[in-house]
Amino acid sequence: MKTRYSFGGDEHIFVEMDEEMSLDAFFKSLSMSNAVRAAKIDGVTEVCPANASFQVKFNPDVIAPDAMLSELKALEHTAETAEKRLNTRIIEVPVYYQDPWTHETLMRFRERHQDPSGTDLDYAARINGYETVADFITAHHSTPWFVSMVGFVSGLPFLYQLVDRSKQIQVPKYLRPRTDTPKQTVGYGGSFSCIYSVRGAGGYQMFGITPMPIYDPTQTVSYLRDFLVFFKPGDIVKWKPIDRAEYDAILADVEANRFEPRIREATFDLDAFNADMDGTNKRLMEALYGV
Amino acid sequence: MAFKVLNPGLLTTIQDLGRPGYFHLGIPVSGAMDRYALRAANLLVGNDEGEAGLEAVFMGPQLEFEKDCTVAVTGADLPALVDGEAKAPWTSFTIKAGQTLSFEYLRGGARAYIAISGGIATPKNLGSRSTYPIGALGGVQGRPLAVGDVVPTGDNPGRGEGREVPANLRRLPGSPAELRVLPGLYWRLITEQAGRNFFDDEWKVAPEADRMGYRFRGGRPVEFEPREQPFGAGSDPSNIVDGCYPYGSIQVPGGTEPIILHRDAVSGGGYFTLGAVISADMDLIGQLQPHTPTRFVKVDMEQALTARKDRARLLDSLRAALD
Repeated sequence: MKTRYSFGGDEHIFVEMDEEMSLDAFFKSLSMSNAVRAAKIDGVTEVCPANASFQVKFNPDVIAPDAMLSELKALEHTAETAEKRLNTRIIEVPVYYQDPWTHETLMRFRERHQDPSGTDLDYAARINGYETVADFITAHHSTPWFVSMVGFVSGLPFLYQLVDRSKQIQVPKYLRPRTDTPKQTVGYGGSFSCIYSVRGAGGYQMFGITPMPIYDPTQTVSYLRDFLVFFKPGDIVKWKPIDRAEYDAILADVEANRFEPRIREATFDLDAFNADMDGTNKRLMEALYGV
Repeated sequence: MAFKVLNPGLLTTIQDLGRPGYFHLGIPVSGAMDRYALRAANLLVGNDEGEAGLEAVFMGPQLEFEKDCTVAVTGADLPALVDGEAKAPWTSFTIKAGQTLSFEYLRGGARAYIAISGGIATPKNLGSRSTYPIGALGGVQGRPLAVGDVVPTGDNPGRGEGREVPANLRRLPGSPAELRVLPGLYWRLITEQAGRNFFDDEWKVAPEADRMGYRFRGGRPVEFEPREQPFGAGSDPSNIVDGCYPYGSIQVPGGTEPIILHRDAVSGGGYFTLGAVISADMDLIGQLQPHTPTRFVKVDMEQALTARKDRARLLDSLRAALD
């Protein structure tokens, strides 16, 4: 891993921990962006962590770009030696795979897809070597995921699966982005899953939909009253497959504002995970569902 | 005090100087595309320069006013009419209770800014009245103006008519438009020749140009240095592991059409960026119509900072002229 710094115009510095995605790169990026926030450098206006990189916005009238760059480089060592351990939360997110709404949408944009003859799930299962879509769906929800970035639009989480790289699912994005994606679509692009927080354009493959709102500008949803965005980097997610009846039941609860997602406290230690992935994931499941 | 929307025009939004601080959650700063023009309009009518006004793109709205107030229109050359009578641009004028503000056809630029004495007084979201429709924030219930909206404004008669911005302080892009770019970010992914072509070619603003991003066409496709794609990036050579995008950054999906991200930028994504338009030139982008010939001009950091100082001086001159 070699850290690379670049100016983005005269108001941003982009810091890439690694060109390729890994949990190590994510942890280093999160540690360093936290260190930048904690340092309260005069002139820094925003710190945006991403999957394997982060970005600092600064006011060059307050701090010269070269001085800003030196301040950041001085914090790199802190990030490298930081404990790769997070006190975080694990959240169960219900997913209705192969739902009618994303199906209708993917059929509407079929000519923009790599394989117009099937569905996004058919294609993703095949290119990842799964015999059936059902096997592929199981692989998607059987182990938990890390929220490695929040962004794109309105609190959209990017998620990275807690499995060995050999088991990571990889899919390309649509050849040309769609102009429409249903709200709360569970999507996939590169090595990342995502949840589309709002309806809109998108290029990720569509696997299903969650009835659980994750963005509420009116702040009326019970668990979004304090803040309109649900996710933050470092959250852990477990997808829970649901059928149409469960989807409808949860949606009715959401509409009556009595739905409460299952959320438990959890700790995640990167070294422990790398030493024993199955054991770490088992402990995360115990944190979520009890022993 | 309020005005009623008789016709919203093509796309008219309430904008101030934006809501910084939430880009790490995918909520962009938003606010006026041409901040200089909004500041000028506010100063003309006697508002604080960061008050919320209207940003009208290509076509003006038709608005009926409930009380006497002072109004100014700056930015694009979109001639204003009060009950059919022409009013000078970049100059304050009075509207009396019951009168209607409307507009002729656009003659130049892309976005006009309409300031009303007292400022627009819709509720703030996350500290700003700026409209961000994708996230349903600001504006009128999170959306652009619509027919029948009654939009509240502050009670302030303003500083009266006839105050004007001197001609040398009215800023619009030339033709071809020139946008200064600091190369960087993932510049190293493209070939040396592609880098030269980018600055040599004449581009044209594409029809897909909005508050989120401005797309350009007409230059040669970008060629990439051969490399093995990093894990998690995706198979296209223009793909990267999803990262943050700076405001003003230029991405070229598939290597074909550059897109400059603007005030309603997506905060990140999986396309490489080859640099960013410098802060001093961001306002100009908002005044580019589709098909405008455009050249990208390569600058270094020192030139970017000099341009930034020049722009700050221009703003100081504007403030002094309208004091």
